[in-house]
Order: sequence, then structure tokens, then C-alpha cells
Amino acid sequence: MSQMINHDIPDDHEIQIEKKFIPKDLDIDKDISWARINKDVLRSLDRPRPIFWVIFFAALALFSFGVYCEKYQYDNGLGVADLNNPQVWGLYIATFIFWIGMGHSGTLLSALLHIIHADWRKPIYRYAEAMTTFSLLTAALFVLIHLGRVWQFYYVVAYPNERWVWPNFSSPLVWDATAIGTYLTSSLLFLYTGMVPDLAICRDNATGARKKLYTFLSLGWQGTDRQWSTFRVTYMTLACFLMPLAVSVHSIVSTDFAVSQNPGWHITSFPPYFVAGALYSGCAVIITLFILLRYVFRFEAYMTMPILNKLIKMTFAIAMVWNYLNLIEYSTVWYGDNMIAKQQLLDKMTGTYAPVFWGMVFCSTVMPFTLLIRFVRTHLPTLMVVSLILNFGMWLERVQIITPTFGHSQYPWTWTSGWWPSWVQFGIVAGSFGWFTMLFMLYCKIFPTISMYEVKEMVHDQGKMLKAKKVA
Amino acid sequence: MSLNNLIKNWTSFRARRPYLDQYKNADYKWAMVIDLDACTGCNACTTACYAENNLPVVGKERFEKGHAMHWMRIERYWGEGESVPVDMVPDKGAQFLPMMCQQCEAAPCEVVCPVGATHHSADGLNTQVYNRCVGSRYCSANCPYKVRYFNWWQYADFAWPNPLELQLNPDVSVRSKGVMEKCTFCVQRLRESMDHAKTDGRLVRDGEVTTACAQACPTSAITFGNLANPQSQVAKVWKNQQIALEKDEQKKDENMRGYRIFEEFRTYPSVVYLERVRDLEA
Repeated sequence: MSQMINHDIPDDHEIQIEKKFIPKDLDIDKDISWARINKDVLRSLDRPRPIFWVIFFAALALFSFGVYCEKYQYDNGLGVADLNNPQVWGLYIATFIFWIGMGHSGTLLSALLHIIHADWRKPIYRYAEAMTTFSLLTAALFVLIHLGRVWQFYYVVAYPNERWVWPNFSSPLVWDATAIGTYLTSSLLFLYTGMVPDLAICRDNATGARKKLYTFLSLGWQGTDRQWSTFRVTYMTLACFLMPLAVSVHSIVSTDFAVSQNPGWHITSFPPYFVAGALYSGCAVIITLFILLRYVFRFEAYMTMPILNKLIKMTFAIAMVWNYLNLIEYSTVWYGDNMIAKQQLLDKMTGTYAPVFWGMVFCSTVMPFTLLIRFVRTHLPTLMVVSLILNFGMWLERVQIITPTFGHSQYPWTWTSGWWPSWVQFGIVAGSFGWFTMLFMLYCKIFPTISMYEVKEMVHDQGKMLKAKKVA
Repeated sequence: MSLNNLIKNWTSFRARRPYLDQYKNADYKWAMVIDLDACTGCNACTTACYAENNLPVVGKERFEKGHAMHWMRIERYWGEGESVPVDMVPDKGAQFLPMMCQQCEAAPCEVVCPVGATHHSADGLNTQVYNRCVGSRYCSANCPYKVRYFNWWQYADFAWPNPLELQLNPDVSVRSKGVMEKCTFCVQRLRESMDHAKTDGRLVRDGEVTTACAQACPTSAITFGNLANPQSQVAKVWKNQQIALEKDEQKKDENMRGYRIFEEFRTYPSVVYLERVRDLEA
């Protein structure tokens, strides 16, 4: 595989670019040649830093452990997860919401920013979309894992059958299955469509089996005017189609809770609250992956600090929106008439799960304010840690939606405290992170993670912009 | 399955429950009355239910984990504000509440089941189809009474070691791991007697069929019967207590002891409880 691409650029070239002065209002160096963009991106398919393999195999090991836990649960029944009568969902559904949520920012970043012509998205939207796709795949896994009889999962799908048996269309779970299916299909399509011109570049530079793969996938792209204009229209249409979808999917996931009668779930503001939470965790993951890819694939010239800065601003704004909606949720409960919901809110803050609640407050409400400090924004290892903490906070948020509600529902006889998930649940949750990282890393190795043609556009536009300024 | 067929029969997928006189012309609407004044908390009903419905005895460890399968459970409540040491019984004693599936007319569980494994039958039962259940446990999450029990383990493998499997009730299926189950109002008994009555060309008479718990209760605290039959014992109590299926608020005074649990959620349960009468001086 190493003979695939001819390398004539020295390894330390990125350091030179780093040192070079980039004007403050520019997201990317305007003097990068188009051939260098091609070479830099194609090299990522071939020769990442060795740490790539460390991450990949660590993820594989984690995933294997998750598979082992799932097999153990499959063979013995869900009892091994230590779920019980009031605590019927546990970490599975909490982590499911977490993954669904992560899947939202990819679409926001690529589709919304594409529609409003925010150019800085161009070097980073590809991997964000890939993240969307893979986190949706992971979320779909959790739907299956938490089923008692996973081998009968297709009952939820509305497939034609001679016995006239249909799913129950009034159930939010069916809406879920439909929404996730639609979102997964269309975001996969969006990811692929945007990648076709780049796949053609890969095809032109690859040999052997990879050549065959890229030839097949690039659909005979030649870069003619007609192809470009058709491509633009298709891409824009897909972007417009995807935007409302992204909002609707997490709203529908929130109806799983808002439609039910349980105190703490039966709240009207749940859909926007969930969507904001989704975008929040998604943005935090995009920052994490930004730093990771920038280092692993030597993308310093493309994933630049000004772009990261814009990403951080967006994350901070969304974090504030999420906090506001969170506050709304609590105040509606507090000023509302439902005594059990109020008790349950107090129980969340002071009861067995108080560490989870206050952990969430620290990680998701306090931590985003560190993004205001310049050092945190510019020192990448610190920023990496902060973004991981934000993510962990969002996971805790999902846990504290699920677990305390079951522990303190309407019926006093079932009030329990001190429920704790078993190692099987933690194993499967950890395995899901392995599965996601493994798929994502594999993707980055096979497909171009930076949109080459759009970065070229960006470089071109910035050159033009500078010229125009000089003339003025 | 044609599209035409689907559109034509669309209304059959929708259910509006309950509405006034829903069961006026129906032959059956099964309902129950539990007199808490008569209940001594002896657990005979629970035991009878285990025997009748092939419920697995899960053992101490699994019980502590919350995996018990008691469709009918006796809840024990101490008086308000009384702290109870383990080895001491307060003067007034405990109050007991037998709790099982309330067979709600507007059941929260039925709405949310993704595959329609739990649905309403024509005679007012909230049925659970084991073969259709995929085990999403959404019904349990949405049940305000938390009376749905999930098969966390493959109980059939170990709950009835040889020769105990010979005492299983042949009329009731043994459930596999991963399905939800709950009180059925002993549907196997109801269907059998309804079939007999149909053969004879009549309706089931009051007292002809009863549930295992009602049959086992030594103080006759549980009354079971057909609410659609105005002459039945159940219908008489409901009428005396001025309770109707579609009402979501009952009249309360010293003569009216009847109430349904969580009326305010508008689940319209089919089980009426008669309040315990207590002498405050004692």
C-alpha cells in the first residue's frame, strides 16, 4: 500500500507552514498550491502517524470486549445487565440518546453552514458527516442491544406481510425507528454525494485494489461543466432536505420520553431541549476529532487555528442555549403543579444520583466557560481534555434523565434508590465507543477526510478576496 | 395486502377509549372489586397466581435484584409518619394493597408498544401477546402502576427442576426470556368458560368463572365478574359506589368507599378498591 502514492514532500513541511504567517482574517493559507492539497490529503490515506494504529487497535480491543458482553447478555438474558422492574432501561437507552445526539452536529456543520455559505466549514465538514453516520450506526446498535428478543427486531419495521400484522404507529419507538432509518440513509447519501469529486482524485492517484474501489465509487466523474452544475444542484437539494430532518430526529427521540406519563419526562420543552443537547455534544466531539485528526493525519495546514476558534465559538453558543433550555425544564417542573415531578427533581439533586446530576452541572454548565480563556482555546492538549469533559457531561445528562425518573416514578411502592448498572452494561457502553472509533478510523484511512475540491475553492476565494482588498 | 384494503380498514387501527356506553351492547366487560377492609395481607392470592399462571419462583438473590415475577403483589404500607423498626409492628398495624394489572381502558402501555404486542380485547382486557413482544420494555416504562414484569432470564431452564415441571398449568404458556408479561385476569379461564357458554347458547353466568386470586382469597376480598351484566356482583358494587368506567372522578363521602388508583391520569382502570374503614381511636 505504501507504493500507492508518490511522496515528494518532506515530512516536516507542515512545520514550515505552521511557522508561516497567516493573516488574521484568513482561515487558510492562500498560497497553498492545488497539487499540494491533493498530495497532503492523499497521503493521509496512506501514511498516517503510527499513533493511528495504536488508536485503531485499542478501539478494536474495546469493541471486542463489548461484543463479548453482548454475547453473554444474548445467551443469558437481560438479567445479567442488572436491570430490574422500575429500572427497565438503564445505560442502554441513555447511551442511545448520547449517540443519536452526537450524530447531529455533522449535519448542522455541513448542511446548515453550506446553505448559509459559511466557508470555514469546508476543511472540516467531511469528517463531521462521517461522524454523524457512524454515531447513528452506533445508536442503532443500542436499540437492538436493549431489546429483550433482539432476534425479532424486524417486528418494529413496517414490512408487508400476509398476516396483516403492522407495527403500532402510535408508538414513539416506531417513530424512532423510522426517523433514525431516514436520517441514516440521507446522511449517508449526503456524505457520499459530497465525496464523489474527491473520490475521482483518489481514483486518478491510486493503484491496485484501491483503484478499483475508487473507480467504482466515483461514478465516472470527469469534472466536466455539466457534471459540476448537476452536482451543485444535487448537493444543495440534499443539504436543504437534511436540515429539517436533523431537527426532527432528535425531537422524535425526545418524544420517547415526553409522550410517556413519567414525572420528569412529561415536559413540553423536551424536543428543543434534546435538539440543543444533541448539537452541544456533537460540537464537542467535532472539536475532539479535529484535534485528533489534525495530529494523526498531519492536517495542520488545513485544520487551522482560526477554524478551530470558530468551532469553539459555535460550541460555546450552543452550550449556552442548552443551559437555558435545561433551566427552563427545571423551572417548569419547579413552578408546576406536579408534586411527584418536583420531588423527583429534588431527589435528582440530593438523592442517590446527586453525583451524576452535579457531575453534569460541572461538566456541561461550568466547563464551557473555560472556553473563554485564550489558553484553553489555543493549547490543543488542554482543549482536547475540555472537549472530552463536555462530552462526558452530556453522557451524564442522559443518564440523569433516565435513571432517577425510574427510581422515583408515580407509584411510591416502586421507589428505589441505589440502583447501579452491572459490568455488562458498562462493557457494552465501552464497546460502543470502540466500535465508533474503529469505524471512524477505518473510514479516515480509506476515504479522504478533507474535502479537497472545496478546500481548493476556499483557497481560491481567499486569494480573490485579498486581491480585492488590495485594489480597494 | 393492497393499499386499497389498508385505506379502507384504516379506522380499525385507531382506538378511542373509553367512551360513554362503550360496553352497553357488549356481552362482556371483565372487572374487579377489591375490598381492602377484608384484605388481611395473607398472600394467598399471590400464591394462587404463581400456581395458576406458571410464574417462576426466582429465588432470594434475584428477588433482591428486583427480578421477581409476582403478577399479583401484596404491598404493605405503614401509617403516615410512623417509622417502623424491623422487629416492631406499630399499634395500628400495616395496611395492605393487592396490586396487579389494572386492565386500564385507556392503557398507557398499549399506546407505546412499538409492535402492538399489548392491545385491548373486545371484552375489555388489556392483553399481552408473548409471541409478538420484542422486549423493548417501553410498556413497563410507561405503566404508572409498574405492574408489568419482564423475563430477565430464561426461567424455564431452572425455575421448575424435574419433576416440578409436571405441575405447570397446561393452559398457560411458559414464557421465554426477553418478553414482557403481566396479570391477564386469568384469561385462560375466561376463554374456557366463554366457550362453554357459547356452546350452550348463553352468556357466562355470574360466579361461573373467577380468577385464581379471587378463588384463593380466604376473606373473599376480591370479587371478579362481568361488568356488562347488570346483575353481576361486580356491577352492583360499581353502581353502589357510583363508579363508572368512563368517569375520571369518583364521588367521595363516608358511604362511598370505592376508588380507582390514579384516576387523575385518566387511565380508566377496571379494578375498584374499597377503602379500609378504620377506627381512629384504636
